[in-house]
Amino acid sequence: MSYTYPTTVPESASDPDPSDPHYQPSRRDFFVIATGAFAAVGAVAFVWPFVDQMNPDASALALASIEVDVSAMEPGQSITVVWRGKPVFIRYRTDEEIAAAKDTQLSELKDPVARNDNLEAGAPATDENRAAAGHEAFLVMVGICTHLGCVPLGEAGDYNGWFCPCHGSVYDTAGRIRHGPAPENLLVPPLTFADDTTIKIG
Amino acid sequence: MQGTSEYTPRTGIERWIDKRMPLPRLMYDSFVSYPIPRNLNYAYAFGGILSVMLISQILTGVVLAMHYAANSEIAFTSVEHIMRDVNYGWLLRYLHMNGSSMFFLAVYVHIFRGLYYGSYKSPREIQWLLGVVLFLLMMATAFMGYVLPWGQMSFWAATVITNLFSAIPLVGDAIRTWLWGGFSVGDPTLNRFFSLHYLLPFMIAGVVILHVWAFHVTGQTNPTGVEPKSRRDVVPFTPHATMKDAVALVAFFLVFAWFVFYMPNYLGHPDNYVEANPLVTPPHIVPEWYFLPFYAILRAIPSKLGGVIALGLSVVVLFLVPWLDTSKVLSAAYRPLYRIFFWVFVVVCIGLGYIGAMPPEGGYIIAGQLLTAYYFIHFFIILPLLGFIETPKPRPASITEAVLGRPDEPGEPATPAGATAMPERRG
Amino acid sequence: MLKLITQLSAAGALVLASFAMASAAEEALPHFPLKEPEEVDWSFSGPFGTYDQQQLQRGFQVYREICSACHSLNLVPFRALGWEGGPHFSEEEVKALAAEYTVTDGPDDTGEMFERPGAPYDYFPAPFPNAKAAAYANGGAAPPDLSVIAQGRGVERGFPTFITDIFTTYQEGGPDYIHALLTGYEDPPEGEDVRPGQYYNPHYAYAAALAMPPPLFDDAITYAQNEDEDPNNDVPQTVDQYSKDVAAFLMWAAEPHMEARKSMGFTVLAFLLILTALTYYTKRRVWSDVEH
Repeated sequence: MSYTYPTTVPESASDPDPSDPHYQPSRRDFFVIATGAFAAVGAVAFVWPFVDQMNPDASALALASIEVDVSAMEPGQSITVVWRGKPVFIRYRTDEEIAAAKDTQLSELKDPVARNDNLEAGAPATDENRAAAGHEAFLVMVGICTHLGCVPLGEAGDYNGWFCPCHGSVYDTAGRIRHGPAPENLLVPPLTFADDTTIKIG
Repeated sequence: MQGTSEYTPRTGIERWIDKRMPLPRLMYDSFVSYPIPRNLNYAYAFGGILSVMLISQILTGVVLAMHYAANSEIAFTSVEHIMRDVNYGWLLRYLHMNGSSMFFLAVYVHIFRGLYYGSYKSPREIQWLLGVVLFLLMMATAFMGYVLPWGQMSFWAATVITNLFSAIPLVGDAIRTWLWGGFSVGDPTLNRFFSLHYLLPFMIAGVVILHVWAFHVTGQTNPTGVEPKSRRDVVPFTPHATMKDAVALVAFFLVFAWFVFYMPNYLGHPDNYVEANPLVTPPHIVPEWYFLPFYAILRAIPSKLGGVIALGLSVVVLFLVPWLDTSKVLSAAYRPLYRIFFWVFVVVCIGLGYIGAMPPEGGYIIAGQLLTAYYFIHFFIILPLLGFIETPKPRPASITEAVLGRPDEPGEPATPAGATAMPERRG
Repeated sequence: MLKLITQLSAAGALVLASFAMASAAEEALPHFPLKEPEEVDWSFSGPFGTYDQQQLQRGFQVYREICSACHSLNLVPFRALGWEGGPHFSEEEVKALAAEYTVTDGPDDTGEMFERPGAPYDYFPAPFPNAKAAAYANGGAAPPDLSVIAQGRGVERGFPTFITDIFTTYQEGGPDYIHALLTGYEDPPEGEDVRPGQYYNPHYAYAAALAMPPPLFDDAITYAQNEDEDPNNDVPQTVDQYSKDVAAFLMWAAEPHMEARKSMGFTVLAFLLILTALTYYTKRRVWSDVEH
């Protein structure tokens, strides 16, 4: 009887020592690795729906634009509208405010970039690049402080622009950050004038 | 089978952790070196499948809860919002809703496997009782989950099941009102069901840990019903059981995916795509398929209280099985009579399921009553009696003998059964 | 032993079958629908089924010109009409279609609701302000919302079809039912009393007659598809064709992501098949030196 009993833990091909200089991956290793790799790919693919479901859904993405009638606004008046759940400031600026903004040199600015979604990413933060194109009296900005998301107060602060009550960021009459902890100018959202008195945001 | 630990921490970090909180040691001893009988078949893979299904249900459930609104005004719409607008929402919802069916499919195979191989017998009674507790928790969870989409079937299932409690004498009506939080199933009911539906799976997970703990104390049964006696009767959990469970799991996923992607609504009912309407009952209300046998038992008794008692007893009887079965032989493979009655019982359960789906009229009523009677006869008469009248077939001396088909000749010194864990092979 | 088991199972099945026959013979209540729906050959049935874009556009036209007079489509936004795997209208077409509807918005700055043309993100406006108004205007029966009607209807399939359905992946009970209902109006048989305001239809799921009058007739609408220059893509303008098209459209409305589901299903199943083979082979290797 030359029968050998199976050992409970299969030896030989089953448990080679990879540190052995004569170690060579066997066919079994190949299949184990292939199976593991295949299963891992499947697991990663399976994770994606669980991640992606937290992104804005189709109905949220669809609610993209609003139209605002500004025909009743007077110089020096501000309104706040809601766009994508966020406040948007629309200010009909006075001539003094425009002049003050234009007199400011780019070198005086903390953030010299326009932060205007209607322009190229690196456009300079001149007053022209901040105001609504073709309607320089109108300044349209997302009313969220770029520091930590509070809503700044209007006609306040050292420059009589905006002042954030949370942590003291001060913006000028073109919504540019002048001092305080906020890193960037207030964001100008995508906007067009549907006609002379209607602003379409988004 | 609680032997000495075989875990050897190799790196400094492992040693550091092992001295403070030896979780890796526990996992290693439970799922790597843990010895399992070498003759387990695929019916033993369903415990692992159930664990994975529980995790899958919790994962999909948690993300669905991020989009679902438990408010009777908008619950139905919020589910449709998931199906239409949420990224991959349809996939997650179909996975969750078919997952519950797959969960029950697996648990029924698991339970019948336990009944066939006598997994409830000494010393595994607590293991079995915990299993029945899990089954009850699953039923409660599934029922409350079915209410959440707030379709017609949801609403009327909630109404019918909560009305079962009104059969209790004296306090029944008060309990029913308390369950509803009102004078009918409504918004408060939906909210509490959502809360409990979210809670119960974690209680299930807790009991699962006890269930797994229990079987790590007693060891698994196996198709011979003979306990492992030497180290040649067992193999280490990893890689042997792990790989076998993996094969079964992937094959099970194939079935699962077939339903999710090609017939996601087959196991549901069209009426649940009709928003709940408290003024109109659908002409033919039926529970989900996994409750059909119990539903048939409920309807077989032509009395409100009687039906509820029969329904309750049909589940509670599972708690009594370890003591109703008088035979000392574990595996049905060596019990010629029990084996026949076991398969008859399986057919009867399937028959009850079929009757449960049929309208309660004509021959279905009588058939339902006969099958219900047999269901209880099986547990209360056949099981106790068989132990006395049956002559078991000769059992093998050991698992290895059964596997090899001839007496086991110890060719190497066998380690005592108490320390069968595998030594580390790698130098 | 196995033989005995099979015999016993067969006996059990026989018992059940005999009960089933007994019950069929002594049915007390009539079972609705009186007639089972015919199975239509849908483009979207089976594991590889896809919606026929042209059919969905025609079905949408039927809904818009006929059904929408009484039936809402509350859960479907206009933007969905542009989704891939649906009618797939172009962005401009969707905007134009939406603008044909008037939606109520507001309140405006004065607190009043106002009306404006629809936009892609709006939902189909309902023909009635609420269910009670709908019921009042329709003789007491509110026309159901059609958003998920194709999943909310279906006639029970019975034995053994419900088992073979698992393998044929039959999921078209809803559209089959809609098609059967819309084409199923007929004169009531002798002796069948139909109340005024009710219309006999043996395909109706809940009774022998329903409150909806036959909504379609041949040449009721002219398909936009038939008005173009190309005579090759003309479709018949019959009740049968209208019913099929609108049933397909409602199936899409109920399950707009069906195509994505089925194509992902193919990938997943193919992946799992390969993984099954790989794990099985690995398992064989692992167990190769242990007899078991």
